[in-house]
Parts: sequence; C-alpha cells; structure tokens
Amino acid sequence: MRIRCPFCGERSHAEFSYLGDAAPTRPNIGTRATVPDTTLFVDYVYMRDNSPGVMREYWQHVGGCRSWLIVERNVTTHAISNVASAREQVLAATEGEHP
Amino acid sequence: MHYSIFSVLSQAWKGQTGWTPMWREPQPKRAYDAIIVGGGGHGLATAYYLAKNHGVTNVAVLEKGWIGGGNVGRNTTIIRSNYREPGNLPFYEKSLQLWEGLEQDINYNAMVSQRGVLNLFHSDAQRDAFAYRGNAMRLHGVDATLLDREAVRAMVPTLDLDNARFPIHGGLLQKRGGTVRHDAVAWGYARAADRLGVDIIQNCEVTGIRIVAGAVTGVETTRGFIGAKKLGLAAAGNSSRVAAMAGLRLPIESHVLQAFVSEGIKPLVDTVVTFGAGHFYVSQSDKGGLVFGGSLDGYNSYAQRGNLPMVEDVLEEAVAIMPSLSRLRMLRSWGGIMDMSMDGSPIIDKTDITGLYLNCGWCYGGFKATPASGFCFAHTIANDAPHDLNAAYRLDRFATGHLINEGGAGAQPNLH
Repeated sequence: MRIRCPFCGERSHAEFSYLGDAAPTRPNIGTRATVPDTTLFVDYVYMRDNSPGVMREYWQHVGGCRSWLIVERNVTTHAISNVASAREQVLAATEGEHP
Repeated sequence: MHYSIFSVLSQAWKGQTGWTPMWREPQPKRAYDAIIVGGGGHGLATAYYLAKNHGVTNVAVLEKGWIGGGNVGRNTTIIRSNYREPGNLPFYEKSLQLWEGLEQDINYNAMVSQRGVLNLFHSDAQRDAFAYRGNAMRLHGVDATLLDREAVRAMVPTLDLDNARFPIHGGLLQKRGGTVRHDAVAWGYARAADRLGVDIIQNCEVTGIRIVAGAVTGVETTRGFIGAKKLGLAAAGNSSRVAAMAGLRLPIESHVLQAFVSEGIKPLVDTVVTFGAGHFYVSQSDKGGLVFGGSLDGYNSYAQRGNLPMVEDVLEEAVAIMPSLSRLRMLRSWGGIMDMSMDGSPIIDKTDITGLYLNCGWCYGGFKATPASGFCFAHTIANDAPHDLNAAYRLDRFATGHLINEGGAGAQPNLH
C-alpha cells in the first residue's frame, strides 16, 4: 500500500502511523453548569461503524513531514482514492466553532 | 460412524470404502429453536455445546461460505491460558481444560499437542512483569514456570541468547500450552454437532435479521427466511456488519493479521516461542514448516490479505531471535480479519433485543478460546443469562468502565 502525501509525494505506508476512523467527532463538553451527556462520550471513544468499503481515516506522515492526513481508503481492496491535509479539512469543517 | 482403532482396521479390511460423510448437508427447515450465524470454530462449538450440555438440538449453524473457511482456518494454532486479568484467566483456563479433553469428547483427532508456550523476556523490568503474570496464573491454579537464561538455552538451543540489542534473560513457560490442528477443530465440532442433530447449512449468507416488537423472529438469508426465537451471532471479523442488521453499533474494528509458513524442515523447535522485545511467535507444524505470526498490519481492513512492511517486520524478528532461519524460504502467507475490541478482550453477552446474543471481539486470541467460547455462549443462549466464566465479557462494560485491558493499550484496537 502506498500513500500519496500531499506534501512529500507517494511513499510506502510504512512511513506513516495510523490513528483510525476520522468519522467520530469529540462531543461538546458544555459548560461548568451543565453535566455532559456521557453516552455521547462512550459513543465517541468506543463505538465504530466499522463498515466495509471506503473509509476516511487519520494517518500521520511520521517518517516524513509529520503532517496529519485524512486518507480515503477502501478497507476491502486497500485502494486509496484521496489524501488531504487533515488540518485544512478540520479547520474548514469547524470554522467559527473554536477561537 | 464412531472413530476408533476398530473402525480404522475394519476400513483397511474393506479397502476404505465404508467411510461416511462427516456431516449431513440438510436443507434449511422453516424454523429452529436457535440459529447460530457463523460456521467457524466458535459457532460450531456453540452449536455442539447447546446440543450436548443444554439439550437444545433443533439448532442450525448458518455459514455464508464453507465451514472453517474463516479465522479457524487462518490462525497459528496456538493454545494457552497465560493471562493475568481476573476476567480473563478463569475463562482461558476453562478453554485449555476443554482442549485437554476435546478429542475424547468429540471423538475426533484434533492433534492437541501440549508442547509448551515459552514467552521470552529481555530486560529486568520485563522479568518482573512476567513473574507477576506467572504468579497471577498460579494463584488461579494455572501452571507457570519462570525460566532463567540457562534453562531457556537448554530448552531451545536455536535461540540467540546474546543478541546485542535483545539479549534473552529468561522466559515464562506454560507447559500445558501448545498447538492444535486448526481445521480439525472446525471439522470435529461440526461432525459432533451434526451427530447430535444440529443442521450445518453452508453457502447460506444471512442478509437480514427480522425483529418484531423488540424480539428476534428469524433471519433473511440467501436461501430464504428461517425462523428462530434465539439468534447467536458469532461472525468474527464481520461482527459489525451482521450486528448492523439488527441496528447495533459495536465497540469493534476489523483489522488484518498475517501469518506465515516456511518450507518444511527437520525438527527444529519443539515448543512455541514468543519474542518479548517485539511481537513475534514461532512453532513448528507436524509437516515440518515453521509457523510464524506477528502484529496486526495496523490499519482497518476487511481484506484477507496484508501488506509487505509487516512481512519484513515479522521476518526481521524471526532472524533476531533465531539467526539460523535467515536462509529459510517462506512458502505461504495469509491474512485473517480480526474483530478487534476496544479493550482487547472479547464480548459474550445478550443484547437489549430479546433473543439476540452476541459473541465477538476476539482480537487475535480467538482460536485458543474456541471451546470455552462455545461452552459459555451456549450457556448464555440456553439460559438467557451469562455463565460465571463470561460474566465479565459484557457488552456494556465500555459504558460502565469495567474494561478488561490485558494489554493496557487503551481504546486503540490496532495496538492490542
């Protein structure tokens, strides 16, 4: 399996380390006055869709530029359809939420 | 047909013409008392113990391919009970005890070989950890022996004890551990279950689970609807997919684990050796091939094949502890899909849906657990309540905080 890092080019996946599914998003812990819903956290930390087919997942190019990437990969065939910088995607998705 | 020395001799006399198929190939009935989804080791063992221990014989095992074509035929055949955590130790020890009596119980030669499992340690800190684990085992009545360096040298002369980077300081030996002929486990349980009346239905994929008013009524399959009040899921790497048919989301990720067999050579290793400075284990099959295994490839996968960096990694570790293997040629490699749970321990439990039972999360320790998994899952299904041995393997332990984190890796399935 080879991953095309947007900054360094195509490299063996051995240069990358794996975090996992990019789908779960950390629930809002709310304010001091409100007790956060722990079931949301159980869901975030432990539960996974784990379906076959294309998955968006976090990889880090630790053997290269050390950037976090979001890789779209088919977990049944190992075919990679897209690689993008995680930072740009996450910033675009959460624009305005975090100062 | 009962297998014995007399059946072998009488068949020799008759020119081997009287052997009968080991199990029937029945058409699915309209309904069963219980259906097990997944004709692997765990599913077949469950059906066998349901019939034998609980008298539930109107049972079907549904398998989408052929029985034993999944992980029970894709492992490194090792059995052991050298665990540490209270929830795990009694369960795996029960499994080892069932292995010890299995062949007589199911009248089938599974080639159970208690050749020992030796875990090497390479530092003082690791010796302390292994002594701790050995003591935990002995407190639970499990055998464990801490070997020093010279005892290891005498037991496995092929090892490089003085490797500059990973010197071997000793090992923790479980003498009762060993290996079992993995395919024979599937075939033996299938034959034994079939003889008690269980229908083993191959080439029958479950495509849906029918639930009415919060209770299971049966399954949709590629061979039509089959009714059942009780449904046990034992689908290993496909657990999340099958459970999703019932609307369940599991704390499971599917990962690929590779294993390797070398060309056949004369007897070299008469035990199972594990490398403590990495993740590698080796044993020798009765055909002479060395059987190797290592870590997961490390990323989610539903493909029953892995990638080359892990091949290189495993063979580097092989040569690090046994330099004499450097010219050995590899014959085969294969991958199995592991149902990795979030704490590295399995789940055998009932669910919130009446009549739906779950057996999954075996990570890469499922083979050795086959008999106890079937024993406990059958108990759970028959009594609608867990056995003491699987009481800790609850589905809700991730929400209640009662995790069984043997590896201490946290909620990172690729690290267990």
